[in-house]
Amino acid sequence: MTGASLSSSVEPALLAPAARAVEVIGGNLTEKSLRLHLEGLPGVDAVGLEARAASLATRSIKTTSKAWALDATIRMIDLTTLEGADTPGKVQSLCAKALTPDPSDLTTPRVAAVCVYGDMVPHAVAALGSGSGINVAAVATAFPAGRSSLSVKLSDTKDAVAAGADEIDMVIDRGAFLAGNYGLVFDEIVAVKEACRRDDGTYAHLKVILETGELNTYDNVRKASWLSILAGGDFIKTSTGKVTPAATLPVTLLMLQVVRDWNRLTGEKIGVKPAGGIKTSKDAIKFLVTVAETVGEEWLQPHLFRFGASSLLNDVLLQRQKLSTGRYSGPDYVTVD
Amino acid sequence: MTATETRFLDYAPAPESASILNLRDSYGLFIDGDFVPGSGKPFATISPATEKKIAEVAYADAQDVDRAVAAARKAYDRTWSKLSGSDRGKYLFRIARLVQERARELAVAESLDNGKPIKESRDVDIPLVAAWFFYYAGWADKLDHAGLGPNPRSLGVAAQIVPWNFPLLMLAWKIAPALAAGNTVVLKPADTTPLSALIFAEIIQQADLPPGVVNFINGGGDTGAALVNHPDVNKVAFTGSTPVGRMIAKSVAGSGKSVTLELGGKAANIVFDDAPLDQAIEGIVNGIFFNQGHVCCAGSRLLVQENIEAEVVERLKDRLTTLRLGDPLDKNTDIGAINSRAQLDRIRELSDIGEAEGATRWSAPCEIPAKGFWFAPTIFTGVETSHRIARDEIFGPVLSVLTFRTPAEAISKANNTPFGLSAGIWTDKGSKILAVADKLRAGVVWANTFNRFDPASPFGGYKESGYGREGGRHGLAAYLTSGKAAR
Amino acid sequence: MSHLPVPKTYKLYIGGAFPRSESGRVYEVTTAKGDFLANAAKASRKDARDAVVAARAALGGWAGTTAYNRGQVLYRIAELLEGRSAQFVEELRLTDGISAATALKQVESAIDTWVWYAGWTDKFAQVAGNANPVAGPYFNISVPEPTGVVAIVAPQAEGLLGLVSVLAPVLVSGNTAVVIASEKSPLSAVTLSEVLATSDVPGGVVNILTGSAAEITPWLAGHADVNALDLAGAEALDWVDLQVTAADTLKRVLPPEPGAPAQNLARIAFFTETKTVWHTKALI
Repeated sequence: MTGASLSSSVEPALLAPAARAVEVIGGNLTEKSLRLHLEGLPGVDAVGLEARAASLATRSIKTTSKAWALDATIRMIDLTTLEGADTPGKVQSLCAKALTPDPSDLTTPRVAAVCVYGDMVPHAVAALGSGSGINVAAVATAFPAGRSSLSVKLSDTKDAVAAGADEIDMVIDRGAFLAGNYGLVFDEIVAVKEACRRDDGTYAHLKVILETGELNTYDNVRKASWLSILAGGDFIKTSTGKVTPAATLPVTLLMLQVVRDWNRLTGEKIGVKPAGGIKTSKDAIKFLVTVAETVGEEWLQPHLFRFGASSLLNDVLLQRQKLSTGRYSGPDYVTVD
Repeated sequence: MTATETRFLDYAPAPESASILNLRDSYGLFIDGDFVPGSGKPFATISPATEKKIAEVAYADAQDVDRAVAAARKAYDRTWSKLSGSDRGKYLFRIARLVQERARELAVAESLDNGKPIKESRDVDIPLVAAWFFYYAGWADKLDHAGLGPNPRSLGVAAQIVPWNFPLLMLAWKIAPALAAGNTVVLKPADTTPLSALIFAEIIQQADLPPGVVNFINGGGDTGAALVNHPDVNKVAFTGSTPVGRMIAKSVAGSGKSVTLELGGKAANIVFDDAPLDQAIEGIVNGIFFNQGHVCCAGSRLLVQENIEAEVVERLKDRLTTLRLGDPLDKNTDIGAINSRAQLDRIRELSDIGEAEGATRWSAPCEIPAKGFWFAPTIFTGVETSHRIARDEIFGPVLSVLTFRTPAEAISKANNTPFGLSAGIWTDKGSKILAVADKLRAGVVWANTFNRFDPASPFGGYKESGYGREGGRHGLAAYLTSGKAAR
Repeated sequence: MSHLPVPKTYKLYIGGAFPRSESGRVYEVTTAKGDFLANAAKASRKDARDAVVAARAALGGWAGTTAYNRGQVLYRIAELLEGRSAQFVEELRLTDGISAATALKQVESAIDTWVWYAGWTDKFAQVAGNANPVAGPYFNISVPEPTGVVAIVAPQAEGLLGLVSVLAPVLVSGNTAVVIASEKSPLSAVTLSEVLATSDVPGGVVNILTGSAAEITPWLAGHADVNALDLAGAEALDWVDLQVTAADTLKRVLPPEPGAPAQNLARIAFFTETKTVWHTKALI
């Protein structure tokens, strides 16, 4: 041995040991073992994937099926406002809508959650009151770009949880992913999941936003989906809604296939949330069909599937009104929020 | 939904209305621009989903065949061969437009008479019919570029026989290039699916096509034989089974007639271990269950790499449980009716043979309606190359699963058949796709897809799957001959 | 009471819209006898610049759509031309002083030429492209692709037939176009732009400028974002100079031709580039 500057053996850095990853990949989790696993996944043929999505989109959902689908859609909406201009008043208005979507028809179901920025959580919690059955979801980790230090992202998360958020929608570090630092992306998710821990030992529910529009290829979406599940996410979510393309049917189909494969492998059920760009009930129903025919209709419930949407709710209400009155409705008959 | 209510996946009925059809009680033959009675005994065409009669159709005997050929000859000599290519093209453009305008009506008629799901006739068959006429319309005034040298000539009167699996689409594949090239035609639809051709005859009238350029005669095997053997026919084009194709080839030997045949197949769909797996599953399903497997180029043999067989079969079975079998006119139906009792009997017979040979049979759990002809999607695993279900064309929704170890072995098994119509290759590796495609003795090779058709893409078989190509520039060659210099 | 006609305004066609010239200029269009017919917009170099921007923006969509779709769009334009036949005939009669019968023959010929070209969109690649049997384990294929934005000086006489003969071949393969109409007889060009605006061809695929070819063409010949130049109707200009200017950016240039160019596969081919792709083939 000559100088002290050369080490004779270099240990690969270990990644934070998320339980699922350890079980599936095994042994010491390193950047390399994670990468090998992700790169060993089957490829995606985009033409074939999009053709399958288009075929599912031709399903004709009518009468009783349509009525059920409209109500199910409402029950799975995360009613969302994520604007720089959000105020307590705006959030209160949104929550009132979440509680009573259609004042002219009180049989209308309630939405699953409201989704707001972390600093708006207290207003949402107050406006919904207790026992509403509606969760408060907060976007965190320097949403939407995610370009901050880990400590800022974790504080963002902890603050929201402390303020009463039931669910956290985090963003992955797309830059790190595209640069091939899968371990960094992985470790961040693990850390954020831990930051969701409350004093009583329960955890806020974690959705991991992939921002599929920035990941660009379907192969990347497949890898990022697996990575997010291995790291401990409860839900994988397509987009922040701030980038186009956001939630497309093919990309959601792909994520549902990953969730199906994970379930086949481990028995565990992970949720999927398409967000952004879903404006009409016709669109939403295509997603419901895709869920049912890919991973099973057990997934058509709020703890396994959500729509991240704002204007979708009103279109569903218009369709609901048509089904009950027999005539086409109009914007004056649904409320602005 | 509670447990006592229906599941979401039991979608509520979504019927396409048949009221768009203006069906007559009886249809004649279509000769020289008019519907005329036939001399044979009229027959009924039924819906294979309900076994109910749709209409009565005239039957053409040898006399009627004579009249039809004579009308085609007269139209050829006096009118059609004298028109400019530009004018022929314009007639074909008109027909294409009319097909687009009456698309829904044609799709409903096709599903009613054939049994195929409306989703397929609406989204695949009829759009391709329009596209075929559009494509060949544009060739009519460009024959110098067809690849036969300058001033190629048409052949004269073409005798065309089409099958029951894609009635209107096969009609389009025959008529469009024939007319573009300057020929006139006498076409016999299959006897279980005459309806869409008869509605198409109305379109011919609406397009104001000169009488006699296109003639339809309905009937059975004897009608077809009379047509093929008619001395005043210059060209024979047949799509159907290999046994009948063989008979036709024999009967026209020495006659000087130009012949093209598009016959049966037993295509291999090859799935390698580096395939895009979810899309490969879709490709397998599409390959054999599209159109109830009534497809000459169906991927009826799955050749799966042995190291992924178990996973592929498991995923395939899961996927088959979401296939919906039922009323062809319901927009959510994936698997329609088998076209006839005769075909159903054949499928059942061969499936029973498969079991007897030792293969393991599995069928998708479908509710089978009481009336009509139905067969649940079925896969056989443990199939060996020496099994009949690995060699005989079943022409139904039945998949035979075999394995292979290396690309060379896959190629060897894929080619080990007298047929040679099509093949599928599933892998993410481009060099492998191209090398395997090079070695497959099949006229159409699909890579990471299956059952894709386009009027610009030539289609046809090697070996006992027939000879000649339909579609593309090659599809014109069947209806032309190199021009001879005038003396 | 007899009907007092509402005269038409003749504007430019850029990016799917009908703006006046940014210069505010117009020029008089007269009948063959010299009577006032209309004030047509007189395009400036800035209008030409805007037209090139529009053509470039529309290129991705037009070139990227299927050949079948382009054929459908072009065929539909023929349907609309047929419907407007009487208007084209009347305008030709007025500006060119030809008889209605002659004008009709010309218009019908133009429609047939358009249909001929429309039918090439999904066939051209089959005739101009091919697999190449190279000596080695390679898949090798040559395909024609559109060259990009093409500037065209339309024939000075020949009305609709002249326009169609130079515009249609450019569009077949997916190029977009900036056309300078005949100065003396621009009415067919403007009516054609109305047909295009009501067809399914996306805005920007075809842009039509009326005015002085002598003033505008040099700007297009030198424009670095124009890929090709068709000088069909530029016989009366200093066209050799224009070709020299175009050589600065190595544009593909077609020299002037008398009358309306005949329908010709070579005219489609001239505005394409051939791309040849190699791919290895290996079983193991």
